[in-house]
Amino acid sequence: MMSSFLFRAMDARAGLFLAIMAAVIILVPACNLLLPEGSTFHVPNYAVTLMGKYLTYALLALAVDLVWGYCGILSLGHAAFFALGGYAMGMYLMRQIGTRGVYGDPILPDFMVFLNWGELPWYWYGFDMFWFAALMVLLVPGVLAFVFGWFAFRSRVTGVYLSIITQALTYALLLAFFRNDMGFGGNNGLTDFKDILGFDIQADTTRAGLFAASGLALVLCFLICRAITRSKLGKVLVAVRDAESRTRFLGYRVEHYKLFVWTLSAMMAGIAGALYVPQVGIINPGEFAPANSIEVVIWVAVGGRGTLVGAVLGAVLVNFAKTWFTAALPDIWLFALGGLFVVVTLFLPKGIVGIVSQGWTALRQRKISEDYEAGSDEPPSQAPQSPASPANVSPKTSSSTLPADAEPQPAE
Amino acid sequence: MSLMRSFLLLLSLAASLLATPALAQSDAATLRPLINELAKGKYSETEKQIGALVATGDPQVAPALEALSDGDLYARKADGEVFIIKKAGKAYTLIDPLTMETAGEASKREIKKIKVNNSLRRVIRSALGSLTLMAPDPAVRMAAAEAIFKAKDPDGIEALDAAIAAEADDGVRKKMEEARAAAVLNSDMDEAAKLQAVSTLGTMGNRDALSRLIAVQSSSEGALREAATTEITKIEKSIAAWDAAQNIWYGLSLGSVLLLAAIGLAITFGVMGVINMAHGEMVMIGAYVTFVVQEFIRSSAPGLFEYSLFIALPLAFLTSGLVGVAIERGVIRWLYGRPLETLLATWGISLVLQQAVRSIFGPTNREVGNPDWMSGAFEIGQMTITYNRMWIIVFAMLVFAGLMLVLKKTPFGLYTRAVTQNRRMAASMGIRTPWIDALTFGLGSGIAGIAGVALSQIDNVSPNLGQGYIIDSFMVVVFGGVGNLWGTLVGAMTLGVVNKFLEPYAGAVLGKIFVLVFIILFIQKRPRGLFALKGRAVEA
Repeated sequence: MMSSFLFRAMDARAGLFLAIMAAVIILVPACNLLLPEGSTFHVPNYAVTLMGKYLTYALLALAVDLVWGYCGILSLGHAAFFALGGYAMGMYLMRQIGTRGVYGDPILPDFMVFLNWGELPWYWYGFDMFWFAALMVLLVPGVLAFVFGWFAFRSRVTGVYLSIITQALTYALLLAFFRNDMGFGGNNGLTDFKDILGFDIQADTTRAGLFAASGLALVLCFLICRAITRSKLGKVLVAVRDAESRTRFLGYRVEHYKLFVWTLSAMMAGIAGALYVPQVGIINPGEFAPANSIEVVIWVAVGGRGTLVGAVLGAVLVNFAKTWFTAALPDIWLFALGGLFVVVTLFLPKGIVGIVSQGWTALRQRKISEDYEAGSDEPPSQAPQSPASPANVSPKTSSSTLPADAEPQPAE
Repeated sequence: MSLMRSFLLLLSLAASLLATPALAQSDAATLRPLINELAKGKYSETEKQIGALVATGDPQVAPALEALSDGDLYARKADGEVFIIKKAGKAYTLIDPLTMETAGEASKREIKKIKVNNSLRRVIRSALGSLTLMAPDPAVRMAAAEAIFKAKDPDGIEALDAAIAAEADDGVRKKMEEARAAAVLNSDMDEAAKLQAVSTLGTMGNRDALSRLIAVQSSSEGALREAATTEITKIEKSIAAWDAAQNIWYGLSLGSVLLLAAIGLAITFGVMGVINMAHGEMVMIGAYVTFVVQEFIRSSAPGLFEYSLFIALPLAFLTSGLVGVAIERGVIRWLYGRPLETLLATWGISLVLQQAVRSIFGPTNREVGNPDWMSGAFEIGQMTITYNRMWIIVFAMLVFAGLMLVLKKTPFGLYTRAVTQNRRMAASMGIRTPWIDALTFGLGSGIAGIAGVALSQIDNVSPNLGQGYIIDSFMVVVFGGVGNLWGTLVGAMTLGVVNKFLEPYAGAVLGKIFVLVFIILFIQKRPRGLFALKGRAVEA
């Protein structure tokens, strides 16, 4: 009975999220394209791009939440997968420029002409085709994550050690992509894009389309994550998170579960990066910076780790705050962000969604018990405060059976 | 003929210099008329006048002679005064040849060029060489010998012979002999002399000698060529060995920087099992303490500048240590048993500290001066060793030894090790683990602070100082293993040396990437680092 109640709560939350997302995906582009500029409800172009960017961040946060919130793998290198997806898309967009570049070379991107490169490096082949680039957006982060995870999880690198080497991974990639010899534009990265799939990348309709695509990708990945976390697989993942050794001794191949969810998460991050690049119009090695990866973690922590909605909410909220702070009070932003890290870890270990759902559960149960004490004709169908069920002695312990509220700590 | 005469002149000059050193320094009043004499008479007289000038033995006359050789020496028609002329468009600037001060301008009509021909130029060149080869300052003589070595001018041989005979300083004489050997090889002297010159260059054994010998090898035949070839192989071997030594030295120097940055981290990680992401900021605070101390000294007690680092050390230790204790008491102690959250919280603290320093001191680099004993360099064989790197290695070793002493020989160290190995058992034995945590965190942060003092000497002091070291420090700690300072030492030195050996082949950036990838792979093999704690301690 308790579990059905919980699932209903989850459903309500997910349903609410999906409804809001549907509204956003339809309304924002519509208000941007259909309403005249003077209208109160008109969404300006920059806001569409900005919100589209938030959506890709939200997708990245979702990917981090999947591995951290449900599997206890704290990745400090997810920005690497994000940036790799972004570079794959950026390479496609570079090839689309064609002769419209500064040097007008039909094959070579501008920076290669500038560096006196004779011909296109082999790893740029195929990126003139969208399907190939789209495949690479998934494959490059996926393969990297698979190889990395294969080694790391098999040798049981966990906890802080794993976090540190994920950071080393993204740092190494940062240094590598800064090199001009790599053939990815070095310090400047890839930019000056002209069009995507034949549409002008600067056009309002394209931007609205990209926004909608980001929203749809987010919804799709959300549904995938939800399906995974609610399946038996998801239960095993939570078990790995809470007691890795015990799960292993129960006969589960922990590293396989971890590897699967890790690779999937990296691919999602790659999609996020691929949607991010055409909207901001540039991808450069700065995206690999370890600080970016750590920031993603705080988005998840703010929203509530182990709650998929929380990751999305946290990403949007923190980034909105960042946009606002860096414009209005640029000196304060780092104080605010740093303070956020401390406050959230100290006082909000379950994030905003955790607090809200806890409060909501408590409220609901108080109401039920009040009804009961007021002498309503029938006892409530659920028995949240029934002393016979030890799990439901108090609202606090009952809430702890929520997957969202379990301590997401790896067993150390 | 003129060559012979100038040689005799030089000899007499050398003799006079030796006999009466007092003569060497004449004042402007006696030199000025001699210089003015240059304007009078024909070439032969000019030559005598040059001889008279050189006879004063005063290096002050060198600029005038150089200008004469370059055709920049003019006489003013009005009073016969001689000046060096600098042309700028139509204006001619007069420069006093002794004081090198500007003495007004003149039009072309007011001045007359002092004529010079090639034989005069040769006289002037050897005169200049001898002037500097005989200069009272050994550094000037050294530079003169160096110049002849570079120019390998056979005309310098006589001057060098005279100078070598008169030289009292062993180092300078050696340099002069090398210069003479180079000049001999370039002259048309007999083979015996050249063979001897080749062996002189062979004992010299550096890159300059090598390039000279290669030139000899390609242009000569027979015994000389063979001699050159054997010397070349000898030199190449020794250069390779010195290169390796230099690389090891650079590696150790980098390693000790890494050690300084990482050792505090190793302590806190070892005891509390948590990576302190704000560790780099502790280093930064130490560097800024150095800056503040130096500013204070500059404004109120400039005499103490040489000791500024010694004053900064305890202050940096205290400041960073107190900040560390505050962080531990304020934030970290609430997060025990949640290492990943601690990592995030300390990252937040590092952002706050960075921004705080940026707000107080500004975002730009601050200048921290090097005391005299930290600047400069000396040479061992073919290796150049800078004092600041050397002192940092020494300092890192001292810090390491001091920390070892504290951990092994004091009660505090005993408690710390007990908590590291088994926290609950230690608590059961009556050790107040919260206090040990706070103090250890303070100690680790304090060490970071004094590392900041050292790093302020070789790096830019900016709010981002710590960021640059934090990832490297992690690598060292993770590579070396937790709970064992020797692991940190070996880890830091290995990474430093490997980095420097990779650099020539792969470039600095690629070398670093290789090292990172190597560490990632290494962690797969030994997930607990090089010197992992064994047994039950691991699970405690």
